[in-house]
Amino acid sequence: MGDYYIPIKYLVGSITKCKVLIPPQITKKTISLGSKHSPDYVCVPFKYNLGNFIEALDNGTNIILQAGGGCRYGYYAELQEQILKDLNYDFKFVNFIENNHVSIKSIYKFAKSINPSLNIFKFAYYGLNTILMIFIMDKLSKYPRENMGFEIEKNSFLKTEKSLLNELKRQKQSPIKLIKTYFKYKKRYKKIKINKPKNCIKIGIVGELYSIMEPFCSNHVEQKLASYGIEVHRFTTLTYLLFQKKFNIKRLLRKGKKYLKYHLGADATESVVLSLELAKQNYDGIVHLKSFGCTPELNAMPILEKISNDYQIPIIYFSFDSQDSDVAIDTRLEAFYDMLLQKKRK
Amino acid sequence: MNNKTIGIPKAFLYYRYHILWENFFSNLGYKIVVSEDTTKEIIELGKIYSIDESCLSSKIYLGHVASLKDKCDYILIPRVENYGKGEKVCVKFNATYDLVRNLFEDYQILDYNLEKTKNSNEFLSLMKLGLKLTKKPFLTLKSYFIAKKQEKTYHKKRQLTQAKTLASTKPKILIVAHPYNIYDNYIGTPIIKKLQSMGIDIIYADKLDRKTAKLYASRLSPTLYWTYSKELIGAIGYYQYTVDGILFLTTFPCGPDSLVNELMLRKITDIPMTNILIDELSADTGLETRLESFVDIIKERSDNHY
Repeated sequence: MGDYYIPIKYLVGSITKCKVLIPPQITKKTISLGSKHSPDYVCVPFKYNLGNFIEALDNGTNIILQAGGGCRYGYYAELQEQILKDLNYDFKFVNFIENNHVSIKSIYKFAKSINPSLNIFKFAYYGLNTILMIFIMDKLSKYPRENMGFEIEKNSFLKTEKSLLNELKRQKQSPIKLIKTYFKYKKRYKKIKINKPKNCIKIGIVGELYSIMEPFCSNHVEQKLASYGIEVHRFTTLTYLLFQKKFNIKRLLRKGKKYLKYHLGADATESVVLSLELAKQNYDGIVHLKSFGCTPELNAMPILEKISNDYQIPIIYFSFDSQDSDVAIDTRLEAFYDMLLQKKRK
Repeated sequence: MNNKTIGIPKAFLYYRYHILWENFFSNLGYKIVVSEDTTKEIIELGKIYSIDESCLSSKIYLGHVASLKDKCDYILIPRVENYGKGEKVCVKFNATYDLVRNLFEDYQILDYNLEKTKNSNEFLSLMKLGLKLTKKPFLTLKSYFIAKKQEKTYHKKRQLTQAKTLASTKPKILIVAHPYNIYDNYIGTPIIKKLQSMGIDIIYADKLDRKTAKLYASRLSPTLYWTYSKELIGAIGYYQYTVDGILFLTTFPCGPDSLVNELMLRKITDIPMTNILIDELSADTGLETRLESFVDIIKERSDNHY
């Protein structure tokens, strides 16, 4: 999922002392492999996932790890295992999901079975490092997203991001080192020269988590928007999903009282309430991303439309499937941008 | 006795709870209005209100809700989240209440919440609703227990009829489909009629006792956490060796079924199976051809065996 493979790789690599193979970068081949072997009306993340697994198994993986939870994600593992077995691959499938939630206990048990020298303190230490890494990545990704469109020297943000990821990729980490990296890169980001007009167009991205966080799945919508000179805001990050969401839902429901009474399931409540907040904060537009047939987001969409009417804020909906043409998405984005521009001029 | 009416859309959870609801609210002194059987018009009506991608069953639901306009004072829309730990339901049921509330603003909605992990089970939430309506605790309590008893006898009766069909000598097909699909006038009824006209006895997966079903389901798929799917899958394990074929009936694009049915099609090997997917554009002829060939396979197999 995006660049999050780095902390996950670090965690798995250090607690099990195994060599961790990262599936090759997602390409069109991945998705076509995945969709060939999966049921046709399942949502896209399943197809990407399966494609990733097949490519990884072709490269010689022995153990596959799967985690997830929420809506359909929690049930992916069992079917994927069955499909891969039907394809005659020889591997061990480890499933961290219990009752639709990732269980830390089962992760520990699994690591212990592979690497007997692991104890609970080491596990906690590596876990802490991983959490810090995720934190840093999410905290540091906010500033470039908002300012990427206004850089004077092209690709300077991307270059800095790459060197940050390279630094995080190192296997030896400690909390102090990580915190130092955080401040170092914060400074470096701030040093990049930008030319930002005061009332630029502001856009918020809401929607389903995989489509938001995996840039290939959403056809790099974020970067494209930024290249038009738009300030992009995004709220769903791994930090949010792992640590904040549990405590946040009650607050969200209170905020969105006018439209919601109950939690809508998965990320739909966030989509609705965040859109409402964005509308209240006078953002210029909202981009809603989801994969085809994503039930929770489908539940949210009629409510989003109502918010759009009530607050006069334009919303564009993207629904990603295994066969998307980049041109169609570009055209729609361009038209959306033109409309925002005209609205702004008025 | 007051003259207020409560409307119930004949879709989704109606097929699971209608005995309970009808008895409970009529004992409280309300009149029940159930929307009519699904027709093409109702689907067209539902399509106006729903997003194109949502599943056919939910389009039908919204169509029924829209058709109840001006026919009742209240409309009953429960919200279901879970029946305990590891007993979740499709997220569609989490949101139906809020969806309808936002789409139909002039409706008076009665809602109750089923979320056992947060201490709101059926008894408590129905009591709350009954008290809100009548302000008579004893009447509410009495009507709940009467309704519950009626529901129990109804389920027993259904299981008995199922046992009778099992004893017959005709070839039997197990239909694995959500009750709101198989008993629906538009989706399920044509299929049942067609199969019965070809001399097939039909076993319904949802008629099996729920506890037994869950036991069998945990053997077939240990990580499954959707209660409604568990109850259906369990029937496969239970009837596997007594029926001649299994028919999966799904609406496009159903979330849980997309994974669960695929897993079952891959796991179970020694019995003929077919997966029928229905959307609002399906052609009757194509469906009939598929059913006929499926029945032919089953008949051929049973001729060879015995």
